[in-house]
Amino acid sequence: MSFFFEVLIGGLLSGVMYALVAIGFVLIYKASGVFNFAQGAMVFFAALTCVGIVDKFGAPMWVAIPVTMVVMIALGLAIEKVVLRPLVNQPEITLFMATIGLAFFIEGLAQLMWGSNVHKLELPIEDVPIAYLMEHYNIIISQFDVTAAAICALMVTALALLFSKTKVGRALRAVADDHQAALAVGIPLQTIWAVVWSVAGLVALVAGLLWGARNGVQFALTLIALKALPVLILGGFTSVPGAIVGGLIIGASEKLAEVYIGPMVGGGIEGWFPYVLALLFLLVRPEGLFGEKIIRRI
Amino acid sequence: MLYRETGQFKTSYQSDNQIFPIRQDRVAISCLLLFAAVAVPLFASPYMLSAILIPFLIFALAALGLNILTGYAGQLSLGSAAFMAVGAFASFNFIARLPGIPMLAAFVLGGLCAAMVGIVFGLPSLRVRGFYLAASTLATQFFVIWCLTKIPYLTNYSASGVVTVQKMQMFGYEFNSPASKYLLVLAIVAFLTLLAKNMIRSSVGRSWMAIRDMDMAAEVIGFRPLRTKLLAFAVSSFYCGVAGALYAFAYLGTVEPEAYNLDLSFRILFMIIIGGVGSVLGSFLGAAFIVLLPVMLNIFGHFLGLPTNYASNLELMVFGALIIFFLIVEPHGLARLWQIGKEKLRLWPFPH
Repeated sequence: MSFFFEVLIGGLLSGVMYALVAIGFVLIYKASGVFNFAQGAMVFFAALTCVGIVDKFGAPMWVAIPVTMVVMIALGLAIEKVVLRPLVNQPEITLFMATIGLAFFIEGLAQLMWGSNVHKLELPIEDVPIAYLMEHYNIIISQFDVTAAAICALMVTALALLFSKTKVGRALRAVADDHQAALAVGIPLQTIWAVVWSVAGLVALVAGLLWGARNGVQFALTLIALKALPVLILGGFTSVPGAIVGGLIIGASEKLAEVYIGPMVGGGIEGWFPYVLALLFLLVRPEGLFGEKIIRRI
Repeated sequence: MLYRETGQFKTSYQSDNQIFPIRQDRVAISCLLLFAAVAVPLFASPYMLSAILIPFLIFALAALGLNILTGYAGQLSLGSAAFMAVGAFASFNFIARLPGIPMLAAFVLGGLCAAMVGIVFGLPSLRVRGFYLAASTLATQFFVIWCLTKIPYLTNYSASGVVTVQKMQMFGYEFNSPASKYLLVLAIVAFLTLLAKNMIRSSVGRSWMAIRDMDMAAEVIGFRPLRTKLLAFAVSSFYCGVAGALYAFAYLGTVEPEAYNLDLSFRILFMIIIGGVGSVLGSFLGAAFIVLLPVMLNIFGHFLGLPTNYASNLELMVFGALIIFFLIVEPHGLARLWQIGKEKLRLWPFPH
C-alpha cells in the first residue's frame, strides 16, 4: 500500500510541475485568445539563459535569476510588438501557427546564444527523500518535489491575487471577457498583452528552473509543452485552477497507469496515456473541467 | 492581353462545369503536366529527382489530405504524420504477408487502413472543437507511433523496429531508378489530386464547407454532421496514408516509426498554412516552399561559411522567422498571391 501512495504522491507532485507549464498557456489564452505553442520553447529559453549566465560569466544564481527575469520580460514585449501586433484580428489558427514559428525561432536563438550542450542546473534544494516520511511511513518522497509544489502554490496564489485584487488584474479579466468591450472602456489592449506575455515569460522561467534542475537543461525541455497539453484539455483552456487540478489528475493517473497498466502492454505508455485520458474526458465535458461553458448560437 | 476569358462562351452545362473554366488555364496545366511527365525525368539530375521532386510530390499529397480535413471541413488536426505511418506500415505488411498482392492495391489498402484509423480518432470531433480537438488529435500521433514501436507484429518482428520496405514493382517492372519512381509518384499524385478537386467541387465538398463555416447551421439545414465529419476524416486520412506509403516506398526505403513523428505533422500543417488553407493549389505551393526552404538555407549557410553548429541553429531561427513573416504578410497563403496575380493579369493592361 505504501508503494501505491508513493506512486500516487510522486505523480501528484510531478503533476504540479505540469500545471506550472500549463498555467503559462492559460494566462495567454485567457487574455489574448492565442494558443501559445511557444510556451515550451520559452521554458527552455528561460532555463538555458539562466544557466548560460551562470556558466559563461560565473555569476551567482541570485544574480542570474533577476537578469533572466529581465530578459524574459523583454522577450515578452518583443513578441507582442513583432508577432502579435501585426496579426491582430487574424483567425486563431493563424496565431497558433505563428506561435509554432515563434517556438522554432526561440529554440534556435537559445541554442545559438548558449550552445546546445546539456547543462546542469544547481538549485539550492537537494533532491533527497524526506527522512521523516521514510522512517515513519516508509514512503520515499523527494524534498525537491515538495519544494517545487510549494513554489507552484505560491505562484498560483500570487497570480490569483494579481488577477483579483489589482487594477491590471481587473483589466486582464476584462480583456479576457470581451476584447471590444474592454477597448471601448479604454483598456489599452496592447499593454495588457505585453503584460500577459511578460508574466507568462516569468512563469516559464520558474517552470524552466524547476524542470531544468530535475532533468538537466536540454533541448528536451521544449517537449514539456506537449506534456502540458492534456492538462489543458482536462482543466479547460481558460481556467488557472483548472490547470492545477488537471495537472494533478494527469500527473497521478499517468504515473499510476505507468506502474500498474504499463507492464501489461509493454511500457512507455506515459507518452499517450494522458492524451487518451483527456480525450475520453472531453467526450463527457467538451469544455474541460473548469472551462467556460461553450455556448453556440446561429 | 493573353489571359482573359473574352470570347470563350459556354454553350453546354458540361463546359460550364469544367475544373478550369478558362482555356488558358487548361493549356497551362496540360503544358505543366506534360513538362513534369516528359521533360523533367529526361533532364533532371537523379539528386534533383530523389531529394527534391519526389518528397515535394509526396508532401504535397499529404498536405492535400490535411487540407481536405482542415481547410475544407474545418477540423484542425495535428496527427497527419500518424496517418502517414499507418498507411506506410499497413502497405508494408500487406506486401509482406500477402505474397503476390499488386503494389498499388497494397497502397490503396494501406490508405484504407489509415482511413479507418482516421474514422476512429475522428469520432471526438463530433463533441470537441477548435484547439481542444487539435490537442486531442495529438493522441493519435502518440498512440499510433507507440503501437508501431511496441507491437512487433506490425514491424514484422524486425529486431530494431526499423523496416526495409520491399522494392516497388508493377507487372514485373521494378521501379529502381529515380526517374521511374518519380513518374510513379507523379501519376499517383496527379490522379488523387484530380479526384480531390472533383470531390471538393461536388456535393461532398459543399457539405464539408458548410460544416466548416458553421456546423450548427449546417446541421439545421440538413447536413448530417456525423457522416460529413467522419467522411472528411476518412478521406483525409486516406490521402495521408497513401502519401505515407509513398514516403516509405519511394523516398526513404528504410523506415522506422519515428520517421513519422510530430515534427512531420507540424511540417505538413505549415505547408497548408503557408500554401493556403482551403486550396488545392496551396497544398502544392506550401509543400514546395517547405521542401525547398531547408535546401536553400543550407546552401546559403554554406555560402556564408558558417560552422555547422551555428548554421543549423540559424536555420531553425530563419525557418521560424520566415513562417511568422509569411503569416503577417499574407495570412491567406501563397495561393492567395497567385489568385491576386491572376485577377491582375485578367485586367491588364486596362485595369479600369
